[in-house]
Amino acid sequence: MITAIPDFTITPRIDQVGVEERAARFTKRSLKEDTKLNGLKLALNMIDLTTLEGKDTDGKVKQLCYKARHLHDAYPGLPTVAAVCVYPSMVGMAKKALGDSGIKVASVATAFPSGQSTRDVKIRDTKYALAQGADEIDMVISRGKFHQGEYNFVFDEIATIKEVCGDARLKVILETGELGTYDKVRKASDIAMYAGADFIKTSTGKIPSAATMPVTLVMLEAIRDFYYKTGKKIAMKPAGGISKAKLALHYLVMLNEVLGEGWMNNEWFRFGASSLANDILMQLMKQRTGVYQSGDYFAND
Amino acid sequence: MAKTSTLRLKFDSTRTLAPAPESKSIAKIAERYELFINGKFEKPASKKYFNTVNPATEEVLSKVAAANAADVDKVVMAARNAYNKVWGKMPGKERAKYIFRIARLIQERAREFAVIETLDGGKPIRESRDFDVPTAANHFFYYAGWADKLEYAFPNRNPQPLGVAGQIIPWNFPLLMAAWKIAPALACGNTVVLKPAETTPLTALKLAELIQEADLPPGVVNIITGAGDTGAALVNHPGINKVAFTGSTEVGKIIQKAVAGTGKKLTLELGGKAANIIFDDAPLDQAVEGVINGIFFNQGHVCCAGSRLLVQESVYKQVLQKLKDRLETLIVGDPMDKNTDIGAINSRQQLEVINKYIKIGQQEGAEMFQSSAVIPKKGFYCRPTLFTNVAQSNRIAQEEIFGPVLSIQTFRTEDEAIEKANNTPFGLSAGVWTDKGSKIFNMTSKLKAGVVWANTYNKFDPVSPFGGFKESGFGREGGLHGLGAYLKV
Repeated sequence: MITAIPDFTITPRIDQVGVEERAARFTKRSLKEDTKLNGLKLALNMIDLTTLEGKDTDGKVKQLCYKARHLHDAYPGLPTVAAVCVYPSMVGMAKKALGDSGIKVASVATAFPSGQSTRDVKIRDTKYALAQGADEIDMVISRGKFHQGEYNFVFDEIATIKEVCGDARLKVILETGELGTYDKVRKASDIAMYAGADFIKTSTGKIPSAATMPVTLVMLEAIRDFYYKTGKKIAMKPAGGISKAKLALHYLVMLNEVLGEGWMNNEWFRFGASSLANDILMQLMKQRTGVYQSGDYFAND
Repeated sequence: MAKTSTLRLKFDSTRTLAPAPESKSIAKIAERYELFINGKFEKPASKKYFNTVNPATEEVLSKVAAANAADVDKVVMAARNAYNKVWGKMPGKERAKYIFRIARLIQERAREFAVIETLDGGKPIRESRDFDVPTAANHFFYYAGWADKLEYAFPNRNPQPLGVAGQIIPWNFPLLMAAWKIAPALACGNTVVLKPAETTPLTALKLAELIQEADLPPGVVNIITGAGDTGAALVNHPGINKVAFTGSTEVGKIIQKAVAGTGKKLTLELGGKAANIIFDDAPLDQAVEGVINGIFFNQGHVCCAGSRLLVQESVYKQVLQKLKDRLETLIVGDPMDKNTDIGAINSRQQLEVINKYIKIGQQEGAEMFQSSAVIPKKGFYCRPTLFTNVAQSNRIAQEEIFGPVLSIQTFRTEDEAIEKANNTPFGLSAGVWTDKGSKIFNMTSKLKAGVVWANTYNKFDPVSPFGGFKESGFGREGGLHGLGAYLKV
């Protein structure tokens, strides 16, 4: 479908000062009343509720899936989250627990989070997750190869995994905290999109530096340029570090002003987060009752 | 696959933000304001008052005294007296204490100043809150620090104050321009008579109240209001030693003629028609944002506004698309709403000027694009506007519009960009957008403009001097250079 693959050694440049200033400007928008309420509900509906721990068990995943379906029964009429994101070994359990709720199961794969393995292992990892029933695959790119300038390697790896995925949507994690500059974030975004990513995603959540607004802005602008060039929409998923409702609203303001109405739903935008949901619920309850409730009124699953 | 040439992103239509208005209650605006002479508010000899209007709603905010020649005479005497008896003799470190006090009081009352600035002038509250008021306070802080160090600024030159400074400021940044003028003058030991613009006198008068509160010796700062004839009386008064004017080139020329041969020292900060130049290797998204800020900041009522965009032809289409998308996300409307990006045009008169130029642009054959923003029915508003297919000889490319109107041209080579950028009687500012350092240095050394920003635009700091080449004026304000304008050295 995409005929011309650009030369990835010359991708668009990003000015650090400018992009950080622009990102800060979105935080100046003041959201009130209905705008805030709708924004909070939308953000809730965009969450990939995530547990990616070595200590995860079937029980833990089952609880998480229940939470995904029933975010807060004290507030009827809430949307569900978009997906539950787990390790491949937990996909089967998650799939069963979510049943016909319409909530997707996303699985990390390709030797998550470091990606330090052979292509063969990564393919098998992906196939396993798919066989267990994963609807979406969150892969990591080979950051080492990327830094070495082996762009074709990175491109081919993504393209291969995309082929394995078939109909399952592929999220490509750039792990922007390891890329170092906005220029490289832009370059990695372009490579991922041209190689067949359905989503581009900032981070694994496994290193201290995760999603930031400027990094997400760079990626959204890459998506916009790609859309104008090819006509193909790519989805975005910032992950890690977004745990407050207010910050999530800032992200939505940014999304609305960079990509517009067409991306303002959970098919085209997700938050990878574990604790964001409860903060949003707390804000929603505050909007409804006028007072903040203690954290103990919201289930920690 | 959709045909890429017809792709459009959809913005905002269904997701208008709920109103987020700043409260007016903090702004105490009197029904009537007198002239601030010798530390007291005094009725004008003319007995005349004029209205000051909120351009966003066309409501009258207050009545303001119109000073005539007799008032000007009185105020200059007061300033002279204060200079001779108190301020001219006061040690620098004592003067500094007063100036610091003004700075701190502005910070303490920042919110009130921001609200009044927006009500009286129409600029978005976000700008008056985040830019005008804090930068004004910073100017006082900065120059307070210089007051006792003038010998170090001009070593072995024995710098001495000039005497009484007559200062006339425009309506685009009323409080900030007052700070630009008053702070260095006081730091250097001069006394001042300041005349704010007739459409935006309120923050200057609030500053007068604050100066009273700061217990500044009477007559050191005097603020008189009125229209052009008041300004003329001030400029022509034999008792002043220095004229500082910020405003239009037309009036600047009149002032320069009037001052010629009188021995009065003069600085002029006049109009501009700045070029913002985007090269194909620029960080385009950030460049577009810079262009947006360059022309739509303060509704384009900025003397250094980047009102001409020069784009290298290989990235022209891309840049234009990005500009149009960004234009759609600008919120135009009630300046008191915290989400407003473009507020009200300062006055009916200025709106007529802008609309005249928009008509001229179309008649000249340029192609117009305006955002689809819905503007309020009452008040003075103008949609952000782009013109493409603009020729260098078009009036919209040559004359200062002072509104949210950008004319876009293309260029092929660096030399062509320099040629086009410099081909204007003005020379206040310019912007260069490129990833290549050597290109920045080449451009900045060849552009005839007082300020050249590289990969940014409209950045101000008290430390940095500001002023023009050619018909954009002379003399510098801000920084060490700004002291020179108020000293005999």
